[in-house]
Amino acid sequence: MKLVTAVIKPFKLDDVKQALHDIGIAGMTVSEVQGHGRQRGHTEVYRGAEYVVDFVPKVRMEVVVDDGDVTRVLDAIVAAAATGQIGDGKVWTTDVGDLVRIRTGERGPDAL
Amino acid sequence: MQIDAGDTAWVLGSAALVLFMTPGLALFYGGMVRSNNVLSMMVQNLATIAVVSVVWVVAAYSLAFGPDAGGGFIGTLHFAGFAHPEAPVPGLHLTVPPLAFAAFQMMFAVITAALLTGTGADRMRFAGFLAFAAVWTLVVYAPIAHWVFSPGGWLAHRGVLDFAGGNVVEIDSGASALALAWVLGPRRGWPRDAMAPHSLPLTVVGAGILWFGWFGFNAGSALAANGLAAQAFVGTQLAACAGLLGWVVVEKLRTGHATTLGAASGAVAGLVAITPACGFVNSLAAIVIGLAGGVVAVLAVGIKYRVRYDDSLDVVGVHGAGGVVGTLLVGVFATQHVNSAIGSRGLFSGGGLDLLGEQALAVVVTIAWAFVMTWLVAQVVQRTVGLRVSESVEVEGLDTAVHAESAYDFGNVRAGRIGA
Repeated sequence: MKLVTAVIKPFKLDDVKQALHDIGIAGMTVSEVQGHGRQRGHTEVYRGAEYVVDFVPKVRMEVVVDDGDVTRVLDAIVAAAATGQIGDGKVWTTDVGDLVRIRTGERGPDAL
Repeated sequence: MQIDAGDTAWVLGSAALVLFMTPGLALFYGGMVRSNNVLSMMVQNLATIAVVSVVWVVAAYSLAFGPDAGGGFIGTLHFAGFAHPEAPVPGLHLTVPPLAFAAFQMMFAVITAALLTGTGADRMRFAGFLAFAAVWTLVVYAPIAHWVFSPGGWLAHRGVLDFAGGNVVEIDSGASALALAWVLGPRRGWPRDAMAPHSLPLTVVGAGILWFGWFGFNAGSALAANGLAAQAFVGTQLAACAGLLGWVVVEKLRTGHATTLGAASGAVAGLVAITPACGFVNSLAAIVIGLAGGVVAVLAVGIKYRVRYDDSLDVVGVHGAGGVVGTLLVGVFATQHVNSAIGSRGLFSGGGLDLLGEQALAVVVTIAWAFVMTWLVAQVVQRTVGLRVSESVEVEGLDTAVHAESAYDFGNVRAGRIGA
């Protein structure tokens, strides 16, 4: 099993969610984060005091998937999240050791 | 004089409007501080209402408006504890009950002290500030109020004109803020660390409440429901608008952006500037005065970075500078066409430089007294109750460290249980 993590533009979340539902991936966890890669931030001004704000609001989406689904999931996320403009984000995978469905106690791939 | 129902209703209503300005100030300031200090700012304002109101009744009202003790410097304690509530203020022939006047003036003392919470944002001790506010009301606010607002006061005798508190409230708080900022010292990390407002929506709501309440502050100072109150009302509105536009245009030219905080601050600066003038100048003059207030204030708030004092929420730059502008412009624009009761006229009404000279004297004297006495009071409080929190408390934030509260928990993630 793999944990797929994507950091994307917030307004793209709905498209990504829909794209994953369309290929049969039902669940995910979403958090609001701040981040930047090569995208520059912006300047804010308060009573003449200038603040350079490097970070940009992003959404982090995480979903645990079966090894065999990884390629389809990555393709779906990239297609749905891309705008072609700087700041589209990144998606990556990490290995998952154990997985348990809390309500039923199912373990492993049965918990997906 | 006979008690007039309309006048009394207006003055009582105005007193409530002015009181509302202090919770409004809590929102205005609260939005401008960081989220771990918003509650401390708000409770300091609320508690200032409580402390100053009591001090007012116990002694400050009498010191300000009681029979003059000699020389026009201070009142006696004849009215201490609101004794003789049916007795009028010597020299004031009002058509409202003296108690209504005393209540109205109470709210002025409250908000003037509350303004100083903005100078010490993020680092002032709670008990220390309340002790400071109590003593300050007695030795700084009450004397200046006596000099200017009481018919027995020496500046009033000289013909100084201050309709609603350009000297008594605005310059007073501005000069006091400078002394307080100096004694307190800057916030840890100022000016390099980011200390941006955490919630400008709160600030804008607060500015709206201040604007609304200011009609009571200014038009209520006519102490009657009449044409003078109407002129003060109109002038107040126009000055707020001109101040807003002035600030926003200047900041757009200087920084390239017109900001929400600038619009809110500009409106306040305009209101500050018209405060001494609204009962003496006509509508067009009010626009000029408000515009001057906004433009001077937007430039004045930058001074603290060059002179290096941390007047955190710009009491000096907005209230001090705006108050000076308005008080001096009274000497230019005051006219008997607006207020037939005034003895002198401004420069543009053929009065020459006399009134302007008296206004300038009032500015200098108010700044001097407020600055020196505030410095003294702050020094005493610092050495007794304590004025500033410790470094670790300041780093953690006053809300949790001092008040054991946090302002926001949108995710319902605050852990812990009752009685743990």
